[in-house]
Amino acid sequence: MMQRVLELMRALGGRIVDNWIWRLGFASRFLWLTLKESGLSFRRFHLTIREIYFAGVLSLVIILVSGLFVGMVLGLQGYDTLVRYGSSEALGVLVSLSLVRELGPVVAGLLFASRAGSAITAEIGLMKATEQLSAMEMMAVDPIARVVAPRFWAGVISMPLLAALFSAMGVFGGYLVGVRLIGVDEGAFWSQMQAAVDFRQDVLNGFIKSLVFGVAVTWIAVFEGYDAPPTAEGVSGATTRTVVESSLAILALDFVLTALMFRGL
Amino acid sequence: MATSNLVEVQHVTFSYDQRQVLKDINLVIPKGKVVAIMGLSGCGKTTLLRLIGGALVPDEGEIRVAGEVINKLDHEGLFAMRRKIGMLFQFGALFTDMSSFDNVAFQMREHTQLTESLIRELTLMKLQAVGLRGAADLMPSELSGGMARRVALARSIALDPMLMLYDEPFTGLDPISLGVIGQLIRRLNDALGATSVVVTHDVAEALELVDYVYYMSAGKVEFEGTPEEVRAGRLPSLRQFVYGEPDGPVPFHYPAPEYRRDLLAQ
Repeated sequence: MMQRVLELMRALGGRIVDNWIWRLGFASRFLWLTLKESGLSFRRFHLTIREIYFAGVLSLVIILVSGLFVGMVLGLQGYDTLVRYGSSEALGVLVSLSLVRELGPVVAGLLFASRAGSAITAEIGLMKATEQLSAMEMMAVDPIARVVAPRFWAGVISMPLLAALFSAMGVFGGYLVGVRLIGVDEGAFWSQMQAAVDFRQDVLNGFIKSLVFGVAVTWIAVFEGYDAPPTAEGVSGATTRTVVESSLAILALDFVLTALMFRGL
Repeated sequence: MATSNLVEVQHVTFSYDQRQVLKDINLVIPKGKVVAIMGLSGCGKTTLLRLIGGALVPDEGEIRVAGEVINKLDHEGLFAMRRKIGMLFQFGALFTDMSSFDNVAFQMREHTQLTESLIRELTLMKLQAVGLRGAADLMPSELSGGMARRVALARSIALDPMLMLYDEPFTGLDPISLGVIGQLIRRLNDALGATSVVVTHDVAEALELVDYVYYMSAGKVEFEGTPEEVRAGRLPSLRQFVYGEPDGPVPFHYPAPEYRRDLLAQ
């Protein structure tokens, strides 16, 4: 019996070391290489601009529509709760703080991982499977500098902008429902929001969160693509892993960052 | 190194994990020649090509290209050497997000300071050389297999390399495309004053165009000679390979338990 338990623990330990610790080390070295080879992404910024278009601009529709609906739902739910305490004028504060501090970075991050992260992984994985990355290396062009780094920086730049647009659209959705549909006082909605939302504490912290999520999602996406086995099954598995790992990373990092930013831990 | 040889492979051994793929390989590629490395699938010929290109590092032995030991070069040295080497991949490996024109211009834009108008002229000349100037604006998805291979060939000669490496250039091509690619390999080699290594198992096409042949089997060079010597060769496995005999030293059946016992095993 004891022998069996030991074998089970050994197998579990082996899997954790092989699947997680080894891969984390490999991914960290990959990130270091990407940062080291990032010069080209800024010297020839048009390469990064092109990737910003694919990762950022093409994600705009899903981000803006989702932001609008999340804001509208916040308006409805927030009003329902606040009106019980006679504080319906604070609806603007509730909507904006929820969005700027939490929902903007987190939901935009989750959507970005599904829309752009998966696309980045699939593209790099397919480039590997069709020997395009090998061809590039044989042409004395480093694929990390030419393919990976521009995509990485495009994600890092796009994510905070998308989160900001998500929050702005959400506030507009809350305004539509709260002020236009339900009839909350417009002056109170905007003035209370202006008074309660602090630039450093709320907006800047929200921006930092979205930046961290951008780094995490894009790092995972480019690494999974580059590390994908060069087969159809390998690329499909890598794409799935990008979405799952990115989503979990966003939620875990959000807890850590919230604890550090808003509870002073 | 003898000055007449562009590539020298000396006592090279290579393994993937525990599986030994190449065993004490020795061969030379003379300057200006088109040399074929032939053999059955899985005999290690593509691995040997990748070792010559510096994409893999041998376990033992050394590979000299233009006098330099390619497996001892650092990253910068290797990339400097690769600017002088062109490689055609088995299925072309064209960049799918770029047009034919941009694929061919890629290396010029990456490695030279040429003006865009000069790059345009040179690119059109390369495409003209493979007969596809008219397809300059087409994307790889709009090209047939043979056309894609020709665009990839134009891309690989973009910087006028001294050494061309061809990995199975005839795979999956129709007879006309196959003939065109074969002719281009020979013509471009002679026009550029380059040296070419063609890895292939397409016997008929290869023997028509190359100057010398290395025949590999199970990770070793089993025979070498001119195409005439290969055709007249008496080595049983070579004869089976050249004349496409279904059974011989290379058996038709993969090793398996005895047939009758296997059927009655239930």
